[in-house]
Amino acid sequence: MTEKAANALELSDLSVAYRVGGRNRAVLRNLNLTIGQGEAYGLVGESGCGKSTVALSVVRYLPRNGSITGGAISLDGQDVMKLDGEALRRARAESVSMVYQDPGKALNPSLRIGRQLTEIFELGGISGQAASERAIAMLNRVRISDPASVMQRYPHQLSGGMQQRVAIAMALANDPTMLILDEPTTGLDATVEAEVLDLIALLRQELSASILFISHNLAVVSKMCDRVGVLYAGMLVEEGSTQDVFNDPRHPYTVALLRCLPRGGQRKDQGRLDTIPGFLPGIGADIKGCAFADRCALATDRCRTELPPLYNLGGRLSRCHYHEQAQALPRATPSDVAAAAKAKSEPVLHVEGLNKTYTSHGHALRAVKDVSVSLRPGETLGLVGESGSGKTTFARLLLGLVPPDEGGSIGLEGKALAPRLDSRTDDQIKAMQIVFQNPDSALNRSHSIRHLISRALKRLAGLRGAALQARLDELVRSVRLTDRHLAVKPRQLSGGLKQRVAIARAFAGEPRIVVCDEPTSALDVSVQAAILNLLADLQSKEDVSYIFISHDLGVVRYLSDQIAVLYLGRIMELGPSEAVFSGPHHPYTEALLSAVPKLDQTETSRIRLGGEIPSATHPPPGCVFQTRCPRKIGAICETHEPPLIEAQPGHSIRCHLPYAELARLQKPAMQAEPA
Amino acid sequence: MSATDSPATSPAPGRRGPTAEVFFSLLRSGTFLTGLGIVLFWIACALFGEHFVPYDPLADDIINALASPSAEHWFGTDQIGRDVFSRVIVGSRDILTVAPLATLLATVAGTALGLFTGYFRGIVDDVISRILEAFMAIPVVIVALLAIVALGTSKTTVIVVIGLSFAPIIARTVRSAVLAERELDYVAAAQLRHESALHTMFVEILPNVIPPILVETTVRLGYAIFAVATLSFMGFGIQPPSPDWGLSISSNYGMIGGGFWWTVLFDALAIASLVIGVNLAADGVHGAFND
Repeated sequence: MTEKAANALELSDLSVAYRVGGRNRAVLRNLNLTIGQGEAYGLVGESGCGKSTVALSVVRYLPRNGSITGGAISLDGQDVMKLDGEALRRARAESVSMVYQDPGKALNPSLRIGRQLTEIFELGGISGQAASERAIAMLNRVRISDPASVMQRYPHQLSGGMQQRVAIAMALANDPTMLILDEPTTGLDATVEAEVLDLIALLRQELSASILFISHNLAVVSKMCDRVGVLYAGMLVEEGSTQDVFNDPRHPYTVALLRCLPRGGQRKDQGRLDTIPGFLPGIGADIKGCAFADRCALATDRCRTELPPLYNLGGRLSRCHYHEQAQALPRATPSDVAAAAKAKSEPVLHVEGLNKTYTSHGHALRAVKDVSVSLRPGETLGLVGESGSGKTTFARLLLGLVPPDEGGSIGLEGKALAPRLDSRTDDQIKAMQIVFQNPDSALNRSHSIRHLISRALKRLAGLRGAALQARLDELVRSVRLTDRHLAVKPRQLSGGLKQRVAIARAFAGEPRIVVCDEPTSALDVSVQAAILNLLADLQSKEDVSYIFISHDLGVVRYLSDQIAVLYLGRIMELGPSEAVFSGPHHPYTEALLSAVPKLDQTETSRIRLGGEIPSATHPPPGCVFQTRCPRKIGAICETHEPPLIEAQPGHSIRCHLPYAELARLQKPAMQAEPA
Repeated sequence: MSATDSPATSPAPGRRGPTAEVFFSLLRSGTFLTGLGIVLFWIACALFGEHFVPYDPLADDIINALASPSAEHWFGTDQIGRDVFSRVIVGSRDILTVAPLATLLATVAGTALGLFTGYFRGIVDDVISRILEAFMAIPVVIVALLAIVALGTSKTTVIVVIGLSFAPIIARTVRSAVLAERELDYVAAAQLRHESALHTMFVEILPNVIPPILVETTVRLGYAIFAVATLSFMGFGIQPPSPDWGLSISSNYGMIGGGFWWTVLFDALAIASLVIGVNLAADGVHGAFND
């Protein structure tokens, strides 16, 4: 590359269509987009809006049924559309690199990391010793300690975060001018995500590469990018600097999207989240006028007939006829909530000293260790922690799907529960139900929605005939499904609707406790908001208690009254939601909170957890968190496991540091944290 | 409670269901249609063949014994002068009742065993699976020999022998599919409704493992035809005077040395074409489910 073009990437009037059912269906419609040299550009939007298609088009990697139907792509001044096979191969090898969502799939499982990395340099004509030296340098660059040993390993021997670092190292190997990151941190734990994002930010300063950053996570984009484009139905609806778009949005869609997120410590008793009614137009839909008009409360007849141009608002763009009024978009869901005063009553669930040990290759694996919690009617207990911390195992122990070790006890409304499902009574079984993370796995794909819900009503509520029919109608309405949905099979419904079916099924027997295992993790933010509202409404109506598992702390905070923070199967902190979030908190909680990218503030306190969660078969001696603890005080942490001490009434912390000392240490961070 | 966050419209459930999709994909598959054509041809011959064959397949005609193929006897005649063409055309009758019934028995028994072993896992699985493996190690012919000694020769014996010999193979396929289904959350959801094991196996899991069962069944049908022909050839299967292909080859193969190849070749080709037809259809079914 002799001379740099003005722009690293230029898409002009790009249109892409997928051929489905013998028809070309438009996915991208006349998309114009420019990324300057060295700029980081974020592309956001809900699933199905065409984000990944943009990425694939740039390197002409569309699936076989996809074709570019119009427009031009210019990569560093080179017209990608005109490149022949060999030139295209060179461009892909030398000037543009991609990092995908799932690093496990991007790496070849049967080749050692070293082999895969050196191969890239060998393709470039460097061989043998020199290539492996370059590979080690690359691994150093992505901050992998001990690169020589990583070179010898296979992908499955590395954690998700490490795999993604290796994938980034491979993408950077040829010093590309353009780096495309397609949801690079989706599916990683918040702590690992923070590390990977820090790495990308750091590399940006070292390298000259321009970045196209694709994500559904608005907070991540706001942290990483200079400029943002909001994509809707294959069209850019808003574009501008990150600051402008997120703090002062000028398109109703952006406004609505931002309102769907629980922000600034919002809680269920302070009001419902806003939602976006309706659905994204399907691919290839015939769009007259504004694509968002059907879902927009501000839409007029003009919006429905006349496609708004991208209005230039001085350095930023908005595809809305009424961009100056966008922020006056009325709420789709009223915020008001009938806050029922809760009478302090006896706990509905009381768990004492619950343990679960698995045996793995002859080693004992303590998946859950000595967990005691209690939960009052109508309250939510949030369970947080990285993957592998025992959240899901704990939930399965409660439900009786997995038998716990001898010794602990589970009490439901004052009566002891048998450890195994088979020995529980029908009443006990219907009192505790679950909404699983993945509705595709939880709903039997062979059965109709009507069958799924009525079977639950028959078994759990003992209903038959007309009574069943009446209750079915009521239940379906209470999760806001309609009769039309009853006849179809789960695969014909969208993710959000499937999750509503799962919720209806869990509520069939009027349960006392519902375990929600990451129920919104696979959903878009607007759908997530609707599901969270539904759960909050059902709770206030039915006085049901939730055990809510999520890796999204904003979501947990919105729904929870109590929070339990788990690490390697142990409760590290337990207390009222506000006390746990506002601190002083356990150093692990502190690290989890600081790892979450936030929309509201530019820089958060920077506590990063080094390394990975230790293996549960060989937990560290002393405090299990001592190997990664940013506040470790010394030898005592390595020799003695601290007890879970009640520092304030109802707020317990498992740490050798006294509560007052934690408060002093965390003070600056707590000031930055909006209460 | 607000009505406005209700999904007012949902993606139109207008698309074809999975069953219809498989059906249309079968209709587009040349392999499947060719195989189906061959099989349907032999079924038609079995049903209506006797009405249009030129000679009575059982009538002997000693004067014309071992006549070579000619305009009168297209495929020649056998050692007692029966018309080979007429015999080949109607010779599919027995094999086309015995082989499908044997396959059906194998499928039903194998599916039940596969569901039990895959659902209960653990000790149940270990014990049943080892027994099935031991059973699979014994050649079909030996099982047949023992069964015939015990039960006497009849079509029923052949059906039972082949059905039970193939059941463990189908059980193995079903078991592996059930093991994967067992991990899905809908099984846990069924347990959380206190469903019986039988309900979970047959109502929840079975509909989801139908595709591999159908594929395995069509493949087994091909092998069953082959096995019936083999047993008939060895004298353990279909009994004279049926014009069955395997039986005809068995009673005539001594003639090949004398140059009377037609007494054997056409029956052999008939068996081969039927097996190939079934296998082509099986390939098509497999493709349709795995597109």
